[in-house]
Amino acid sequence: MHNPYKPYPVRVDKILVETEDKNLRTFKFVFLNPEDEQAFAYTPGQFAELSVPGVGEIPIGIASSPTEKGFVLFTVNKVGAVTTFMHNMKEGDIMGIRGPLGNSYPMKDLEGKNLVIIAGGFAVTTLRSTITWMLDPAHRDKYGRITFIYGARTPGMLLYREEWSAWQKRDDIDAIITVDREFPGWDGRVGFVPTVTEQVAPSPDNTAALVCGPPIMIKFTQPVLEKLGFSEDQIIMSLENRMKCGIGICGRCNVGPEYVCKDGPVFTLAQLNRMPKEY
Amino acid sequence: MAKYLKKSDLAGFIGSLAGQYQVLGPVEKDGRVVFAPAGAADLKLDFQNSHTSPKDLFFPQSERMFQFTLDPNKEGAFVLQDVDLAPAPRLVFGMRPCDAAAFFVLDRVFKNDQFTDPYWQVKRDATVIIGLGCNQPCPTCFCPSVGYGPFHEDGLDAIATDLGDGFLIKPLTEKGQKALAGAKGLTDPEGKMDEKAAAIAAAAQESIKSEVPTRNIYTRTVMELFNAPHWDRVFESCLNCGTCTYVCPTCHCFDIQDEVTSAKDGDRVRNWDTCMSWLFTIHGTGHNPRPGKKERVRQRFMHKFKYIPMKRGGLIGCVGCGRCVNLCPVNIDVRDVVRDMNA
Repeated sequence: MHNPYKPYPVRVDKILVETEDKNLRTFKFVFLNPEDEQAFAYTPGQFAELSVPGVGEIPIGIASSPTEKGFVLFTVNKVGAVTTFMHNMKEGDIMGIRGPLGNSYPMKDLEGKNLVIIAGGFAVTTLRSTITWMLDPAHRDKYGRITFIYGARTPGMLLYREEWSAWQKRDDIDAIITVDREFPGWDGRVGFVPTVTEQVAPSPDNTAALVCGPPIMIKFTQPVLEKLGFSEDQIIMSLENRMKCGIGICGRCNVGPEYVCKDGPVFTLAQLNRMPKEY
Repeated sequence: MAKYLKKSDLAGFIGSLAGQYQVLGPVEKDGRVVFAPAGAADLKLDFQNSHTSPKDLFFPQSERMFQFTLDPNKEGAFVLQDVDLAPAPRLVFGMRPCDAAAFFVLDRVFKNDQFTDPYWQVKRDATVIIGLGCNQPCPTCFCPSVGYGPFHEDGLDAIATDLGDGFLIKPLTEKGQKALAGAKGLTDPEGKMDEKAAAIAAAAQESIKSEVPTRNIYTRTVMELFNAPHWDRVFESCLNCGTCTYVCPTCHCFDIQDEVTSAKDGDRVRNWDTCMSWLFTIHGTGHNPRPGKKERVRQRFMHKFKYIPMKRGGLIGCVGCGRCVNLCPVNIDVRDVVRDMNA
């Protein structure tokens, strides 16, 4: 019988310090058994349980895109026991990943639409996956205009500099990167994500908004989108909750009748408005 | 076809099953009835119900999921290794229909539209359950109100009715049929045993006086129920002690932990957990989506009476066994809470 609790063994291939406070590191994993990469077939927006034997498991969004072969990426914030342990791991160490878990961004339903992708802080991880996937030559034609708005407190707290710098040079995506206040050496845009969204967001006609960020950003961005005319069906978000099993059984991540781990983490605002705010 | 088992033939019956199965049943231990491996002489079949539910037969309070070694010199270091999951074939004699119904509900939780929990499933598959109908339900029982009953058959492989001098045993599944076919001491029923059993079942059903209306709960939205004012009252006396979740046959929430058992080796285990604890939901950031007693008490009742029925085709996640009513230290009565939800 297939055991969905059993992680695939992986090797830490590379660890990249992402932010100036060194609290965010991106882990590049390679599967120990090459056939496991096929079994770990994922879509943008899904997550996995990162499993460190002897320490435990944590649910983390998949930052790489299925179009990137040979490895998977996860960006991990140092918060608790497992993440702190991981931050002390070395390249070459062995651990496990279990998944892919959860639903994903509705990439099929989004075909033919314009997209505004709004991210704050380190919640950008699964949106990195989504954008990379859409910009792949095999997929780019299926989507309309793509506007990416990404903000952080300071330039040093922005993740994925290499990626968004490359996106800024392309003409098939508008990548608008902003920081909260003026900063020496930063000649990019300055302003909070909700304000910038109001300035640059496309018309809501045939457009969907993917929003992922800290609660404070969501709180102020949602009214902006509503003011711009986005309906609750056009706003798509991804939730986080404490999780253990990741497969809709152990009972702790549910928000009303929905399990964030299995029925989510991606929900439309229309769905969220019918659910308790227990997240 | 039902069979008759004289009580004087019980030893031969259990003895013949013991050749093929590990036999378990209700036995008295420290003054309480629990389900445990039993010979015919150990069985205590005049019980009302066991103190705690027999859910640990399929979902142990603590269970090893994997083992691992952290010794880099050993083969397979840092990679989780399987442990043997399946018990030898087992037969439970004398489980109450409410508990079997609870496992019927949990079958739909541990196996959802995408995933099957192998730890639960292999134990279910390896176990035959011969239930024992309740001739005399307790005053706290309310199984008929939630869609089950003292002779409910879902979740059982066979059901026995105590006719006084013996049991009329009716197979309900192929598994039950097969177990009974290999057992000694069974005879064809005589006279009007079927009618007598039916009359006992009807009288038992009739004797349950607790009526708990649930209909309005299904027509109300999640948010209507969630925001109802009675939650501000229900939680006040609750201690969040978790006794209700511990004894409940359908409570199934669990935690997963790694235990390093020696210098370099360890197990990944799962343990019963409880939604009554603040630790159950707290985020790494310190944010807690269910920060107080009100949210946690509401979650437990909403899960059983609204969320499970919404997701499992109307099945209610409470089987009316009444254990939480009996054992709550501050006398919170689920029947009163459901009346409030339905009011």
